[in-house]
Amino acid sequence: MKVPALAWGFVAPALLVIGVFFALPVMAGLALSFTDFDIYALADTHNLRFVGLDNYLRLLRTPLFWQALGNTLYFVVIGVPLSIGLSLGAALLLHARVARFTPFFRTALFAPVVTTLVAVAVVWRYLFQTRYGMVNHVLANFGIAPLDWLGDPHLAMPTIILLAVWKNFGYNMVIFLANLQAVPEEVYEAARIDGASTFQQLLYITLPILRPTLVLVGILTTAGYFQLFAEPYVMTQGGPLRSTVSVLYFMYEEGFKWWNFGTASTVAVLLFALMFAVTWTLMRVSRSESAA
Amino acid sequence: MKTPVATIVVNGLLAGLTLISLFPLLWMLSVSFMHPGEASTLPPPLLPESPTLTNYRELFMRGGMTRYLLNSALVATAITGISLLFNAMAGYAFAKLQFAGQQRLFKALIGTLIIPGQVAMMPLFLLLKQMGLVNTYGGLIAPAMASIFGIFLVRQYALSLPDELMEAARIDGAGEFRIFFSIIMPLLAPILASLALFTFLGSWNDFMWPLIVLTDAHLQTLPVALASLSREHAQDGELMMAGSVVTILPVLLLFLALQKYYIRGLLVGSVKG
Repeated sequence: MKVPALAWGFVAPALLVIGVFFALPVMAGLALSFTDFDIYALADTHNLRFVGLDNYLRLLRTPLFWQALGNTLYFVVIGVPLSIGLSLGAALLLHARVARFTPFFRTALFAPVVTTLVAVAVVWRYLFQTRYGMVNHVLANFGIAPLDWLGDPHLAMPTIILLAVWKNFGYNMVIFLANLQAVPEEVYEAARIDGASTFQQLLYITLPILRPTLVLVGILTTAGYFQLFAEPYVMTQGGPLRSTVSVLYFMYEEGFKWWNFGTASTVAVLLFALMFAVTWTLMRVSRSESAA
Repeated sequence: MKTPVATIVVNGLLAGLTLISLFPLLWMLSVSFMHPGEASTLPPPLLPESPTLTNYRELFMRGGMTRYLLNSALVATAITGISLLFNAMAGYAFAKLQFAGQQRLFKALIGTLIIPGQVAMMPLFLLLKQMGLVNTYGGLIAPAMASIFGIFLVRQYALSLPDELMEAARIDGAGEFRIFFSIIMPLLAPILASLALFTFLGSWNDFMWPLIVLTDAHLQTLPVALASLSREHAQDGELMMAGSVVTILPVLLLFLALQKYYIRGLLVGSVKG
């Protein structure tokens, strides 16, 4: 009954788009990372030379690249656990039997997810403004002196992390909530009859059930956080003292400010390698743990 | 079991979290109706003294906001329409039709999901430059005409459709494309609604690629225009808040109206990622 030739007709348009605009450029990106493609090559490809691993070796000796890497890791290592922790906490609250108005709360907590990142980054800049910002105003009520959130190299990245956590936690919250709701009530009923406290139920029933989801959500969120770009672009332009230059911000400047496509591609490949390594490690760790 | 203390603590925490979630958005809305300079007074006001539309008038009359709004709407609509069709066709074929190498091809596609799009960015820019698509709407639309995530989403949903429907239509002599458009598409409607919403919001909110591809001011989408506006008008907080409202409101309202579909898409997409 099946008609193979026609089946290809169905997949061809999508495959063509993905092949031409994604698969080919990915391979070309890998190739570009071994060349000195710059603004002269952009004008005339005869100026293009194969340089082997030069870009990689040079990047590893570039202090700003290491700083961008460090900044990004800081954002990931602090931001991801905060983000997932808040998602989980909010999901547990929404799932609590005593929670009221849950449809309203759920929608409100999710709302930041669908907002435009650039727009909320703009809002954030004014909220965290040193002199007239609402955040410092509220803190003043608790006797805290005004902080220069986006002007202090030690505070700029934490401020960006706050924005990211605020904007993203609703997404994973909905996933956790769906998982929680799929657990039959009888399981908890039985535990209560056996005298398990709320905390014990959380520890021995809820968290083990959420485990696979936690791993998946952890991997996806980590991958997303590695791609930090718009927040520093809008809020700090990488400053102060380059404390918020992320790997992608660095790549953007190399590629589309200085037109060093060779170097920029190398940065992208290195970011990919790093993300791949982290994902692989997370999967390994979670597998060996569940086997133990 | 329902102790009053627990009720107060749980709902109190939820209310606090909700306040934190909504405050920046409500504050943005409020400041957008303030007179220029009003937000930069001490203590910072929560509500406008005498609400005004000055900022919105300024944005639309002089700031070219109408143009950016139309650009965003046009690009997001085109991407959503085209990619919906391509992803639906491919997703259906992967689920219900059979062809050589099908399984391997699908696995390969899913495998590439791990590759961040940035690896492709520089060559993609060069390719689009060759095609004359840099600094055109086409430069945004062309690469987004199909997505692996979209194909995956449709496939997962299409797997559950009964084969008998198609068999019966084939026996009646219906062609494959006819079967797809008149039988399958309507059945896929719920997941297509989710995917459409996801795609529309995604392209509306997208920033990095439009920033790279569009250099002419009159072609820019809202996020790109807003970012450059905020660099020029750093002092005009009230104006910037109005710009943020115009950028966020369309997608926020769309989400609120079609929330059910959005959440469903999110869950299908994440259960087997």
